[in-house]
Amino acid sequence: MLAHLPVLQVIVPLIAAPCCLMIRSPAVVGRFVQLATLATLIISLGLVREVLEQGVLSYALGGWQAPWGIEYRIDPLNVYLLVLVSLLGTIVIFAAPTSIKSEIAEDKQTYFYVAYLLCFAGLLGILATGDAFNVFVFLEISSLSSYTLIALGQDRRALWASYQYLIMGTIGATFILIGIGLMYMMTGTLNMHDLATRLDNVSETNTIFTAFAFLFIGVCLKLALFPLHLWLPNAYTYAPSLVTAFLAATATKVAIYILLRFVFSVFGAEFSLTYLPVREILLVLGLMGVVFASTVAIYQTNVKKLFAYSSVAQIGYMILGLSIGSAAGLMATLLHMFNHALMKGALFLALTSVAFRLKQTNLTNMAGIGRQMPLTMAAVVVGGLSLIGTPLTVGFISKWYLVLAAIEQGWWPLAFVVLFGSLLALIYVWRIVETAYFQPISAELSGVREAPVGILVPMWVLVLLNIYFGIDSQFTVSLSELAAHSLYLEGR
Amino acid sequence: MSVAIAVARTRDLFAATMLTGIYSLLSAGFFVVMDAVDVAFTEAAVGAGISTLLMLTTLKLTGQYESSSRPLQRIALVVISVTAGLLFYGFLDMPIFGDPAAPIHQHVAPRYIQHSAEEVGMPNIVTSVLASYRGYDTFGETVVIFTAGIGVLALLSYVRSREDVSQAALAPMQPHIILRIVSKILIPPILLFALYVQFHGDYGPGGGFQAGVIFAAAIILYAMIFGLDVTLKVVNPAVIQFLAALGVLIYASVGIVSLLSGHAFLDYSVLGHDAVHGQHWGILIVELGVGITVASVMLVIFFNFSSRVDKNQDSHS
Repeated sequence: MLAHLPVLQVIVPLIAAPCCLMIRSPAVVGRFVQLATLATLIISLGLVREVLEQGVLSYALGGWQAPWGIEYRIDPLNVYLLVLVSLLGTIVIFAAPTSIKSEIAEDKQTYFYVAYLLCFAGLLGILATGDAFNVFVFLEISSLSSYTLIALGQDRRALWASYQYLIMGTIGATFILIGIGLMYMMTGTLNMHDLATRLDNVSETNTIFTAFAFLFIGVCLKLALFPLHLWLPNAYTYAPSLVTAFLAATATKVAIYILLRFVFSVFGAEFSLTYLPVREILLVLGLMGVVFASTVAIYQTNVKKLFAYSSVAQIGYMILGLSIGSAAGLMATLLHMFNHALMKGALFLALTSVAFRLKQTNLTNMAGIGRQMPLTMAAVVVGGLSLIGTPLTVGFISKWYLVLAAIEQGWWPLAFVVLFGSLLALIYVWRIVETAYFQPISAELSGVREAPVGILVPMWVLVLLNIYFGIDSQFTVSLSELAAHSLYLEGR
Repeated sequence: MSVAIAVARTRDLFAATMLTGIYSLLSAGFFVVMDAVDVAFTEAAVGAGISTLLMLTTLKLTGQYESSSRPLQRIALVVISVTAGLLFYGFLDMPIFGDPAAPIHQHVAPRYIQHSAEEVGMPNIVTSVLASYRGYDTFGETVVIFTAGIGVLALLSYVRSREDVSQAALAPMQPHIILRIVSKILIPPILLFALYVQFHGDYGPGGGFQAGVIFAAAIILYAMIFGLDVTLKVVNPAVIQFLAALGVLIYASVGIVSLLSGHAFLDYSVLGHDAVHGQHWGILIVELGVGITVASVMLVIFFNFSSRVDKNQDSHS
């Protein structure tokens, strides 16, 4: 059965989804979904072991060898992200049975679970596959289901936010499809590994430049790179809190993965980073993203929106790591992808419990909440410290490696911008801390109690992971180092 | 091209809907010219058929005209022109259409053309590629359709109370005797044709996607002429939802059977006494799964849209 782990990783949640529709009862479905995600997590850990022992795993779907059939190809890069997505997807869904009681109507809960599983499976499918068109198919599954999940938000504006995301996401997906189509036209293959070898002969044609441009812009739309991030703040703000926690932790990371996969494994680092001015573009956009989005975050009154803008800024850091153009920079990017998922997962789950009690997440209504919901707000504080990059949290690890990578190249100004970004993060996190702990309790909060255990446990698991991986970063650092070096080797 | 411009310019949504139908039919024509008969079939059934119907249903909710006229968006025009310019720039180096030396005809395709008959055993190569060589993509596409159905259910479904049903208005088309008789004559052949397309996909153009859409179109036609409530008596929404999930599971079950017999996921060769026979069985079953899911999801979408229409009308009267 071990040989089948690559495909089981994706089809377990994918097949569990229609089963949920047959079970129907939300309570039973909830437990069933938790089991399915837990199984996925175990499979992903099994895959890590296999990859570390045997190197790259290849799985021929339908028994047809690539490039005629579709291949699943698991290497250090995607196994690292498979663990990330399954870990976060599993922890977050354990908060669902409690949380959605207050946020989603009872007759829609089963559909919520089905869409969640589909989105989860879609993201895993994008990660596992070694076939360019298969990426698009699973991108469609994850996108369609995330539009649904966002639109399930109680606020009427959720529909509009989801529609905005739908339009932007569809443009992005179409661009990706055009890019893949053009590449197919010039090479006659869809398998990524095969594409990489065959692209060398045709890499200096207009068609391949165009393919790269469309693919690049399409992916940047999906990963919400500044200034293509406009869909993100509203989508994160008005979606059900749990959905925000899930999407913020996983979806943009997977989009960045697509970018890395095409830039390094398909087009090759030589072509995309040296021949084309991609590094310069990414550097400028990453810097603007960090400074601009962090500044906007300071002025937000809705805490969900505040952290959504902070997510745009954090994506900027990941892109900066990529733009440094060395294995160390790429490693910083990969580390920050994992670590940011842990931070935002914890923070948005904390907001889930705030929303569970208060029915909204406006900062003005949260005065003095630290005394009423001590465990929740403590989670926000730890998550916030991690976001700033305080030592002993994961945020420190990723910023440390990013600054090291920048200094290694002699890019001192970049190191200063990273620290300046942390300062901005300190300001917006402090605003929440100040309101929650140092302002007198407002009258309407007097009866509010701590959130139920169902949300507190998954939230604190994530908070503790933030601290654990901040102290013992061996797992993340060694895997991301392996992935970064193998990507740079592939490019040669 | 001129149809697309007309769609963009008109403020009359009804006309725009009809024009998109024409646009789809025209592009189906293009696909036939380019020898992609299967794609043309799908485009005609989905683009010109079902989606036009769904848009018309939506129009019933929203009204016929665009409410406000917005000023021409210059930035959007510039962005679109740049994008189109880039596309044409990319086309400069592309191999000439139909050039036998083009990479797409040289690398993967020759094996499909020369060996699929002995490896998969289907006369229709498109079906071989779709359902076997790249069967996992098709599985993914089926799940995409299923996801769309879930999306509609999650956002639009509501539980109809008993009052709603008893007060339901007469079907709008009830007085039109010609429509009723013509549709009564047409619906059985349409259903039969759907089954033909379903099971003949191995030999000619067709398959689960097209068949599912055609099958659903027949039922939707019935619902439009004779009213939603009469249709719902025959076609129970809960059963339809069950079927939508079942179709995906039928497809997946083939994969699971091959997994359990120690082969790769969706390796059909284990299903029969020899590999080619197994491929036959595999393709037949997965196409059935696709057909069931597609037809049920189309119906789910239509029912949920149109029961919204009924609900709105009830609340207005």
